[in-house]
Amino acid sequence: MNLVPQTHSTESVAKDLAAVVPPHTLIADTETQVVYECDGLAMYKQPPMITVLPESVEQVQAVMRYAHQSGIPVVARGGGTGLCAGAMPHAEGILLSLAKFNQIQHIDPLARTAVVQPGVRNLAISEAAKIHNLYYAPDPSSQIACTIGGNVAENAGGVHCLKYGLTVNNVIKVEMITIEGDEVVIGSEGLDSAGPDLLALMHGSEGLLGVITEITVKLMPIPERMQVVMAAFDDVTKAGNAVGAVIAKGIIPGGLEMMDHFAIVAVEEYLQAGYPTEAQALLLCEVDGTPAEVEEHIAAVTQVFEQMGATSVRISQSEEERQLFWKGRKNAFPAVGRLSPDYYCMDGTIPRSQLANVLLKMAEMSERYGLRVANVFHAGDGNLHPLILFDANIEGQFETTEEFGGKILELCVEVGGCITGEHGVGMEKIRQMFTQFSETELTQFHAIKAAFDSANQLNPGKGIPVLKNCQEYRSVGGA
Amino acid sequence: MKQLIDQVKTAISEGKTLRIEGGNSKAHIGRATECSETLSLRDHTGIAPYNPVELVMTTKAGTTIAEINAELAKHGQFLPAECPDFDGSATIGGTLAANCNGAGRPFRGALRDLVLGCYLINGKGEHLRFGGTVLKNVAGYDVSRLQSGAMGTLGVIEEVSFKVLPRPAMEITVSKTCSAEDAITTMNKLAAGSTPLSASAWVNGTLYLRLAGAKTAVEAAMAQLAMREEDAEVWASLNTLWQDCATEGRYRLSVKSTAAPSGHAQIINWGGAERWVSSDATLAQMQQAAAKMGGEARWIGAAREDEVNPALPDALKALHKRLKQSIDPRGVFNPGRLYSWN
Repeated sequence: MNLVPQTHSTESVAKDLAAVVPPHTLIADTETQVVYECDGLAMYKQPPMITVLPESVEQVQAVMRYAHQSGIPVVARGGGTGLCAGAMPHAEGILLSLAKFNQIQHIDPLARTAVVQPGVRNLAISEAAKIHNLYYAPDPSSQIACTIGGNVAENAGGVHCLKYGLTVNNVIKVEMITIEGDEVVIGSEGLDSAGPDLLALMHGSEGLLGVITEITVKLMPIPERMQVVMAAFDDVTKAGNAVGAVIAKGIIPGGLEMMDHFAIVAVEEYLQAGYPTEAQALLLCEVDGTPAEVEEHIAAVTQVFEQMGATSVRISQSEEERQLFWKGRKNAFPAVGRLSPDYYCMDGTIPRSQLANVLLKMAEMSERYGLRVANVFHAGDGNLHPLILFDANIEGQFETTEEFGGKILELCVEVGGCITGEHGVGMEKIRQMFTQFSETELTQFHAIKAAFDSANQLNPGKGIPVLKNCQEYRSVGGA
Repeated sequence: MKQLIDQVKTAISEGKTLRIEGGNSKAHIGRATECSETLSLRDHTGIAPYNPVELVMTTKAGTTIAEINAELAKHGQFLPAECPDFDGSATIGGTLAANCNGAGRPFRGALRDLVLGCYLINGKGEHLRFGGTVLKNVAGYDVSRLQSGAMGTLGVIEEVSFKVLPRPAMEITVSKTCSAEDAITTMNKLAAGSTPLSASAWVNGTLYLRLAGAKTAVEAAMAQLAMREEDAEVWASLNTLWQDCATEGRYRLSVKSTAAPSGHAQIINWGGAERWVSSDATLAQMQQAAAKMGGEARWIGAAREDEVNPALPDALKALHKRLKQSIDPRGVFNPGRLYSWN
């Protein structure tokens, strides 16, 4: 199934490509290509053989046809903000940047849809839709820079997933170029299509099945009012139980986030969001809807938090204060990052009832590995983001960090969760795929991949591990 | 479960084909197929221990929608896709396979939006797990959601995990008399604003809206809309359309919600995005009309030899064929149920 290595010199590929796409769309020199050597997970680096920045669908098709005929790998890239090395280039491959596909083609305010090119930034959609009082709901922390094409590739989430879903729940149609260079339309302007749900299959497929050139997203009306309750707890278990108690009350908050003591202190030092630094856990619960509804729910949530033993409860009193509460959470990664030369962000999911247990075990591991860990948690949907602090300049420390991170993900699987909630597998979690999936399951994944890309040319080596590595990984991991 | 796997393995070795059946409520949906034998999941039932605050339920594929609804109701929760229960016979596996969803779909999602994971028996007789039982999971391809609409052609759904939600504190239906054109405009305008809608439809010259949410929000919206209050019966009757098609076939158009109504006798559901049309037109003619409305037409009615789903462009058709091959290489499951060629 793997690509038979063929020798292609950069010069010959550049020459061939220049015959099918305009020369100015090609970057072949080493220096200029440095910016493409990694995505948001900078520990994984690999310069591509050649980079193409096509400007039209026809050019994407031309590149794909050439790559297909020549047996050259193709790695698609959006904003390069991914956190799993899913967009890391292939040494003998073409890096296909969709950066020039940056147009919002059409917004239909009545039907509440936007037709956009894959290189459009996530936040740009909401900004453009704002005059119609609409927005695009999924909001990954990188939304200023990440692109919608990458969001589809990784099935990106954000802090509002519990109520509004992930990318897969907010896209109705994609246009895709296959490795053969054919254009296929998946989905429609309606809400469903006959036959198996290929649209869902494309979400989270990490560029392994095709290259997306156009996306139709759903837009939502901007809630009339949004308000945040911030509650501090002296114990993580109490905070975890409080999350369950809000849901048991029948309220689905727009966002429900948790931070542990380490993260709270780091954020407060970084940007003074007014977080109580003595707290062991902090919950941010956003309620949205009509003013009357928000008022009713805010009162109910406040009462629940007090009953569940919150040491302090604050309600945002203005839009500025609401933004400030969120600013802390949204900047938690850089805030924690300031405390250490490097940090490594994990992305496991767990059943919420396992929270205290998982945090306790993580603290034990932290001690064992001698590496500090801060926790930021999409509490509403059970998605943990442990941030492991390390120093890449200390020899071997990244390797230790990776091992620690891997153990956290294995722990998530052990308690009934998954190795990734929204960041994807890419190169980074390829080993942990063996923890979550059996060999027959992985073989089935490879068969599906082959249905789209029989020569394994699209983003090879990512997402689904090669089975021959299984035994090796299992024995390394099986301590 | 071993029994199911054994039957699949035997069928593979003997070169037989299998007609996958849950409650057999949807025999009229899809093409008529000739299979060597039936693989029944009717008795493959059961709800796994369910902790309401996790908002996740896991059930065997033969568990009925009615049973799931009853269990969820005990805890003040519900299946937001409001899947038709076909008088108690529809199963969760069949419902996912047929992508059958109720009136709340445009506002709360379809079953495919709620599905978190599944166990599947593929065409090699392997029992495979995809996705998970937690609210977010992006490892590996989304084979669970892929099953939605596959009509059992991509394996036997053995178990499903899905997201559930608390039932809204209040739900009220209101109505007013108006034309189809006005109804489509109103439904879309309201959905683009702050009205807490959970369903909207147009039936026999009447626009029906359902308001859901906190009591204060619903009451405020009712005052603003000033429409007459109705009982909720209309939503249940819309759900039975799927069932009624067994005796009186219809075209189901899944189109852009704002598309102007076609000239046919019809019922409009899903805020304009789902239209049930009674017509003698051919599928090709209906598909042509639906394409202009930004979507597609399917025939839902007495199973027939002819195609019931729209023709696909060559490249997409080739992808569908290879995908089927990748999961069911010998074509054991429901051959021809979706398309004559797959």
